[in-house]
Amino acid sequence: MINAVGREIPDYILNQTGKKPFQGSFHYDGTIFKKHGPNVKVVMNNSGSKLVPTIDEVLDKCDAHDGMVVSFHHHFRDGDKVVCQVMEAIHRRGLKDITICASSLGKAHDALVPMIEDGTITNIQSSGVRGKIGQAISEGKLKGLAIMRSHGGRVRALMTGEVKIDIAFIGSPTADEYGNLRAIGGKSDCGVLSYAMPDSFHANWVVGITDCLVPYPNFPAHIGQTRVDYVVVVDEIGDPKKIATGAAKPTTDQRKLLMAEYCTQFVVNTPYFKDGFSYQTGVGGASIASTLSLTKIMKERNIRMGFGVGGLTKAMCDLLRNDQVNCLLDVQDFDTSAVESVKNLKHFRISASEYANPFNKGAVVNKLDFVILAALEVDVNFNCNVVVGSDGVITGAQGGHPDTAAGAKCAIVIAPLLQGRIPAICSEVTTVTTPGETVDVVVTDYGIAINPRRQDLIECMKDVDLPFKTIEELRDIAYSIVGEPEKVQFEDRIVGIIEARDGTIMDVVRQIKPFEFREEV
Amino acid sequence: MEIIKPAAAGTLESSDCQVTVEKGDGGIDFSLESAVINQYGNQIRKVVFETLENLGIDNVKIRIVDKGALDCTIKARIEGAVYRSVDQYDNLPWGGAIR
Repeated sequence: MINAVGREIPDYILNQTGKKPFQGSFHYDGTIFKKHGPNVKVVMNNSGSKLVPTIDEVLDKCDAHDGMVVSFHHHFRDGDKVVCQVMEAIHRRGLKDITICASSLGKAHDALVPMIEDGTITNIQSSGVRGKIGQAISEGKLKGLAIMRSHGGRVRALMTGEVKIDIAFIGSPTADEYGNLRAIGGKSDCGVLSYAMPDSFHANWVVGITDCLVPYPNFPAHIGQTRVDYVVVVDEIGDPKKIATGAAKPTTDQRKLLMAEYCTQFVVNTPYFKDGFSYQTGVGGASIASTLSLTKIMKERNIRMGFGVGGLTKAMCDLLRNDQVNCLLDVQDFDTSAVESVKNLKHFRISASEYANPFNKGAVVNKLDFVILAALEVDVNFNCNVVVGSDGVITGAQGGHPDTAAGAKCAIVIAPLLQGRIPAICSEVTTVTTPGETVDVVVTDYGIAINPRRQDLIECMKDVDLPFKTIEELRDIAYSIVGEPEKVQFEDRIVGIIEARDGTIMDVVRQIKPFEFREEV
Repeated sequence: MEIIKPAAAGTLESSDCQVTVEKGDGGIDFSLESAVINQYGNQIRKVVFETLENLGIDNVKIRIVDKGALDCTIKARIEGAVYRSVDQYDNLPWGGAIR
């Protein structure tokens, strides 16, 4: 069946997953559903501690079994040591058919590939997968279907019971022996535990894993004792150097600075740029540069930001330090400056559900004026791809891309027209992750295209001196330089699905095929 | 033209390619490793064969490691490698075999 972004979703995939094809970004607005609730093992006795000496023993206590679903968060980023420690313990027991439901997986988890190959792990659900796991899935090594979910979509899947987590393993920089978990302090400070908060509400068993046990009560807890069954102390939950890196130096890349300047000029010429506006951006060089140039104009015009949200960096936290924003709402800290800032009273932690979940009573993304995003590819329908590389290999993550694009009044995607020889603006993206109907503007180094759906924005930019082009013109410029790319050759087998934030199927990802030259004509 | 000795041109920098040529076994033996082979493999092969034809070469082992070079770069690197293989550095046929 062809879905609302024009992608063919084979019937057998719809049958196998019980899912519907994507029907539009706001199709389920106003729907009423019954929340799924997990099992709760009651603790009435006062005998004390929830400490369990080893991961292995906690697996016994939590009834680890073949076919179970285990969950993890990715606040330790490339420094994570929790996922591999737990999975190695599961692997040693010879358990099979495990589903990993992670908020994201990356390079820190390359060691899982042999467990995929031997059938220990047969399903992966994640925002995305970078590194060798992505390669392995694209090569067809995972027995089941990989499901790529946005950060908001993941919470929805937990709330509806579409995925039922048996055991949530929550790495926590500090914990007390009764399960109060905090993201601050200890050796592996990550600032927030936002992506793990929904797991603590929806998993049957919740295990805190820490390398820094502190006296009871570890308050104020980010995930509290009423939601945690057991606590395990291990030597290391992460590599601090890779968890929060030093703040990235502002880019000096002229191309990125140019795009940042275009982006800022666009932003300040929209009607949304006024006192109290809200804003989210990412960690890319151009995103940070546009935050910096926006900061300057805010100062000049005496405009304050109402709130900033998202994964945060030094550039965003400096707004708070310089009193240019009322508050920050934080779901992830990308550098040590952000980890430090979260101690500020006006820097609030929010859960992944508050941030982006489409199936609660209204997420923060719905209150966004601007979001500045990146993309691997954008096509002439403004559909974006942030998961599958132009070579067809799974290499990125949805993150909050579709959530924020759907929520923000003005969703801006910054992408250099060419990455090496690969055009970022193309006729058809390899895989759709974010539907074009939610993407308003594309900023490239060769010009800016406004989505024709946004005639209001086109109108208000009429007298603005920026290099406006149609999206087709941008594609044509790209193709005139590098040539029109051929489509990647795939096998028939579907190895993963791109789930829309509402749980429908946005697109499918197929197994890659070794390149073969076309026969001579 | 006949390839006389093995020669190379180009680098492994992004947007460049490294071309090596040596005498063939009676035909064109072409191999390609490219960061963009999925999208541009056929196009690169076309450029390689056209460039070799312009140079009048039909007996060569040509290996290209491509880092996303544009067609014009690939063509220039092939021509560079070929003229190095015959030690010709002056009086290059601009507008003739090189065009």
